[in-house]
Amino acid sequence: MPDAIAPDTMIDLRAEFSGAGLDTYLDELEKDLVGLKPVKSRIREIASLLLIERVRQRLGYTTEAPTLHMSFTGNPGTGKTTVALRMAGILKALGFVRQGQLISVTRDDLVGQYIGHTAPKTKEILKKAIGGVLFIDEAYYLYRPDNERDYGQEAIEILLQVMENQREDLVVILAGYADRMENFFTLNPGFRSRIAHHIDFPDYDNNELLHISETMLARQNYRLSPAAREAMAAYIERRRGQPYFSNARSIRNALDRARLRQAGRLMATEGKVKPEALMLIEPSDILASRVFNKPATDA
Amino acid sequence: MRITQGCFSFLPDLTDEQISKQIQYCLDHGWAVSFEYTDDPHPRNTYWEMWGHPMFDIRDAKAIMGELKECRLMHGDCYIRLCAFDSTHTWESLRMSFIVQRPAHEPGFMLTRQEADGRNIRYETRAYVAEKPEGTRY
Repeated sequence: MPDAIAPDTMIDLRAEFSGAGLDTYLDELEKDLVGLKPVKSRIREIASLLLIERVRQRLGYTTEAPTLHMSFTGNPGTGKTTVALRMAGILKALGFVRQGQLISVTRDDLVGQYIGHTAPKTKEILKKAIGGVLFIDEAYYLYRPDNERDYGQEAIEILLQVMENQREDLVVILAGYADRMENFFTLNPGFRSRIAHHIDFPDYDNNELLHISETMLARQNYRLSPAAREAMAAYIERRRGQPYFSNARSIRNALDRARLRQAGRLMATEGKVKPEALMLIEPSDILASRVFNKPATDA
Repeated sequence: MRITQGCFSFLPDLTDEQISKQIQYCLDHGWAVSFEYTDDPHPRNTYWEMWGHPMFDIRDAKAIMGELKECRLMHGDCYIRLCAFDSTHTWESLRMSFIVQRPAHEPGFMLTRQEADGRNIRYETRAYVAEKPEGTRY
């Protein structure tokens, strides 16, 4: 029951917002992550919700710890892990987790190989995640409906229990492909009901990927020459049509290979090179990729 | 007789909240916390039984407090001490250790005198509880 709040109390939400350091977190998110419009707006909404929740707790309007568990769905390389890391920072800034570390795990880290192995293994991970965020990548692998004696079920039960009873101690984020997560939630309704926020990560479009590649290179003190920029745009368009395309991750791998070719090219040049040449990626470094050997798909 | 050893030995026993804060202090310094228990209160009994491994990579005191709770459940009638191990080079040893649980009743020690050669006297302290076999002392 709220009591003893002076009638003329006014709350400056803007000041609360910047006081918690939220605006720096959100501005960084806006700046560092290319695209992802719907994700950013959802995170902004969640941050506002949490801020209001915190003020309400202070005023005594609510006493229960809110459910903060989330699910991130989207194709590979759409920034789920990166956003989870930022989320941990936001939750720490608002005081909803005490330490703010992100423990990223997959099925192998939680599920054991023989009877009695799973529970200690899962609890060990949970102990590390207490006070922070537990990020379970490809969470649907925890549940194997074709094998009813699979030990994943045991890990799921422990997780569900902790998600319910230790809400103030840790936040669980489940991540994976949208369709398989949907299936996973249908088969494990316990998870769906304990997750408050579902965030869907859209694929990047070609311009965004080009922007991402330039940001990635700039971070390593490389840059694309104007011609190489065009080559990169062509590369992205062709790469998308090929199997195992995983958005930003494919781009990162392509850039790693381009750097490899650049190094080879520079070593092969006779005489001395300018320092700037060490920073410049030329079109030949990109056009040597195998995606240019095949005809571009019509799509 | 109240046994004392380690840090804070001149203070009354720490409450759980105080223990939790001390643990968080250890974790913030990157020390690995572990628990040890024994039912032999002799001051020269240095090597106590380990309760699990030292807990590396833990960030929050609550996880460690959960472990302490389990240890108390299993060894409610033993002494339990907390140890914080610093693994940084040149330290590589305990930085902090204190008792977090003691038996409800501590009978204390008997002093025995032994007449040795030439009217010399040898002294020995012996815990009263040590008369009983291990595991049934408290």
